[in-house]
Amino acid sequence: MEAVPARARAYVACVAAAAFLCLLPLSAVRTPWWALALLAALSAGCEQAAARWRFAGTFYPVLLAGTFLLPPPAAALVALPGALLSPVERRPQGLRRLWRAAQLAVSVWAAARVHGAMGGRAAVESSDFPYALAPAGVAVLVFCLVLSLLDGGILALAERIPVRRAWHGLFLRSLAPVAVHGLAGLMMAVLWRSPYGPVAALLVLLPMGVSGWVFAQYHRERAAHQATIRALVQAVDIKDEYTRGHSERVGQASMMIARELGMDDARIEVLRFAGILHDVGKLGVPTRLLRKDGPLTPEERRVIELHPEYGHEMVRGISFLGEARAAVLHHHERLDGSGYPYGLMGGQIPEPARVVAVADAFDAMTSTRSYRRARPVGAALEELERCAGSQFDPRMVTALVRALSRHGWHPAVTADEGDELGVPRPRPTAAGWPGVRR
Amino acid sequence: MAGGTQVSSLSARRTPHRRSPLLTLVHTSAVLLALGSLALVLWTGLEERGTALAFGVLITVGELNRRSGPHVREAAPLGAAGALSYALLGEDAGAPTHHGAAQVVTVVLAASLVGSVPHVGRGQGPTADQLARRVLTVGFAAVCFQPLYNQGTFTQWDGPAYALLLLALLSLTALCDAVLAAALAHSRTRWPFGPLLRDELRALPGIGSAVVATGAVMALAVAVVGLWALPVFSVPLLLTQLSVRRYAAVRCTYRQTIASLARATEIAGYTPAGHARRVAALSREVGRDLGMSRPELTVLEYAALMHDIGQLSLVDPVPAGATAALPLAEQRRIALLGGAVVRQTGVDAAVAVVVERQADPCREQPLAARIVRAVNAYEEKARDTGPGGPLTALEELRLGTAGDYAPEVVEALARVLSRDCLTSPVTG
Repeated sequence: MEAVPARARAYVACVAAAAFLCLLPLSAVRTPWWALALLAALSAGCEQAAARWRFAGTFYPVLLAGTFLLPPPAAALVALPGALLSPVERRPQGLRRLWRAAQLAVSVWAAARVHGAMGGRAAVESSDFPYALAPAGVAVLVFCLVLSLLDGGILALAERIPVRRAWHGLFLRSLAPVAVHGLAGLMMAVLWRSPYGPVAALLVLLPMGVSGWVFAQYHRERAAHQATIRALVQAVDIKDEYTRGHSERVGQASMMIARELGMDDARIEVLRFAGILHDVGKLGVPTRLLRKDGPLTPEERRVIELHPEYGHEMVRGISFLGEARAAVLHHHERLDGSGYPYGLMGGQIPEPARVVAVADAFDAMTSTRSYRRARPVGAALEELERCAGSQFDPRMVTALVRALSRHGWHPAVTADEGDELGVPRPRPTAAGWPGVRR
Repeated sequence: MAGGTQVSSLSARRTPHRRSPLLTLVHTSAVLLALGSLALVLWTGLEERGTALAFGVLITVGELNRRSGPHVREAAPLGAAGALSYALLGEDAGAPTHHGAAQVVTVVLAASLVGSVPHVGRGQGPTADQLARRVLTVGFAAVCFQPLYNQGTFTQWDGPAYALLLLALLSLTALCDAVLAAALAHSRTRWPFGPLLRDELRALPGIGSAVVATGAVMALAVAVVGLWALPVFSVPLLLTQLSVRRYAAVRCTYRQTIASLARATEIAGYTPAGHARRVAALSREVGRDLGMSRPELTVLEYAALMHDIGQLSLVDPVPAGATAALPLAEQRRIALLGGAVVRQTGVDAAVAVVVERQADPCREQPLAARIVRAVNAYEEKARDTGPGGPLTALEELRLGTAGDYAPEVVEALARVLSRDCLTSPVTG
């Protein structure tokens, strides 16, 4: 979003004006200035630390402690320095900082207002538990609500996302983390007012900071893990130039079938991995055989047919793949028992393997190989339906037909960057894939 | 050379370890402390039963959420924090408490045992070491604090000073716990004590500091608002525990995936089965012997697992995958290809650097690359050679130390082999 639409700018200006109005009565209320300054500095420091260690999401405990401790205009002021000084990566930075500051100031003001009206500040001062939990809970709800309302507005105006979709889930998704931060904020506020003072309150931040840091590490590690899985697939692509992008497309088709069959999300994800990794065993087949043009001798065919077992040997140590491992082993079995490696029949073949078999055959037919041109999607589906019952499970074929008629076939290929591996990669043999958006 | 006699003990492998005196000492003192506390509590009875029950429930809940595994540093942070805060509890909603150190130890031990019953059923209960550590650290904190508090020594410490006092006591306790943990690990595994202690101390700012801070906050918060503080503040710590658990899970999965990627060269017939895994395990031991830290060891292990991955780019396999026997230029080319593959895998760039530089002259290499090079050469020379093979292989490495293999790494390798650490549990 390099060019911000004028109406989004106007929206930001309106929210900033509202924030200014919230801050205006500051001179009229009795403000504990040293507490305000300390909280504002803390909040700014936390904001910087969160940006430096790439926390997922904002760090709210200090802001919420301010909400529970200070009168509304003062609490809103706590948010300003942190938001105005926070590092922003995307342009226009000035506008984004202003937006962040105004949005937080308005939300904190609203929450502090409600909290004060319910007598929350007195309850914090006298540490009147469990009553103090009630105003704090309502304040957290209000904070979340205002924040997500404002967020939805900017999404709709600046990114042109439809209003319904912009708001969808925004509130519920933010509620749980903010509620936990709210509990920490409440503890901070109570300790701040206690004889032990701000020193004790600061200690609350330590576990919250550690938690955020670990969570950020978790996200980083997960991203690295996904890249590693892709690397496994690319290693196959290096050897077998015909099947470029085949693995990811099979993953996508398997996922579509699984979704059509109404499987739960975890199982759909496992099936995606099963599709992506089904040919990983080709790493064990000599490159010469994989690239051979013309008919294979029976001996060569037997060597190629070892690839499901090689693949299973490779992935069997990866426990999160679960059922996908069986799919890698059995994706060349046929319903009538004439497949390999074990010649299983019908229901003996694990369900994920039956899904991947259909997805594999479908993509093989609809993509161009050096020895033949691609078939259109319709012809491929007819062929699948012809072989349903003998080679493929009719349930899976029907599910694929239904899924394709509903969503169409638009595989996105991400593993398209080539030559960095230092291996000259052959150019694709045909101009492109019919019906495939690259 | 002195190393020769060390290596000759390789033939006398797998002699059963004698139980180390340190281990006996720790366990005996933990048992004595627990029994003494129990006897004292039975004699005098429980003070403030409600508070004891509340903390007991908290610790039990923390233990029920226990998660153990090779890469989990604090298995039950909530239980640990609850136990420490009970040890340092002075007031309850403004009224002074009267429980003594003996009661603290008894309640904590009883709650820990109750909370670990389901885990014992699954065969994953806390080990004797963990229980001994829990009892001794909590006992230490309670003995430092409770008698003095009950005599009224701290009455003139007002507000913030009291908070700082608790923090200082807890930090001291955490230090003692780190020393104890390192000592126990040392006597169990016979890995050098220094690096183990350094690892423990390095981990303190992470989950350790969260536990200490939570313990202090809970003790103070209970003093202000009473027992309501316990549920309110255990939610954030449970969140921390959840993040730690998910992080550990994804790390474990990641390690498995890297190991599978490493197996690709074996499946493809470029290297013998198990080679990458053996080089990784032995490299880790050598790295530990040379005092590398935990993150460095992870980089070393991943690099060792993937050190041969460059061979995937070769059209014809190297005979038996023995890269150490190839001309140097060829070795370097394979190393660079491997580095390029590793860079694509999204692993820490440090791993790619180690893989890339494994064939450089050892003076220019980073330590991890030196280790991978020496261990790989040892593994290739020593396998399939029957008895006496390891000795000959080590001698060859020593003779080659002038340029190829770093002398300090070869000596560390000799020490590791003579210590027979290969039988220690290899994680992964």
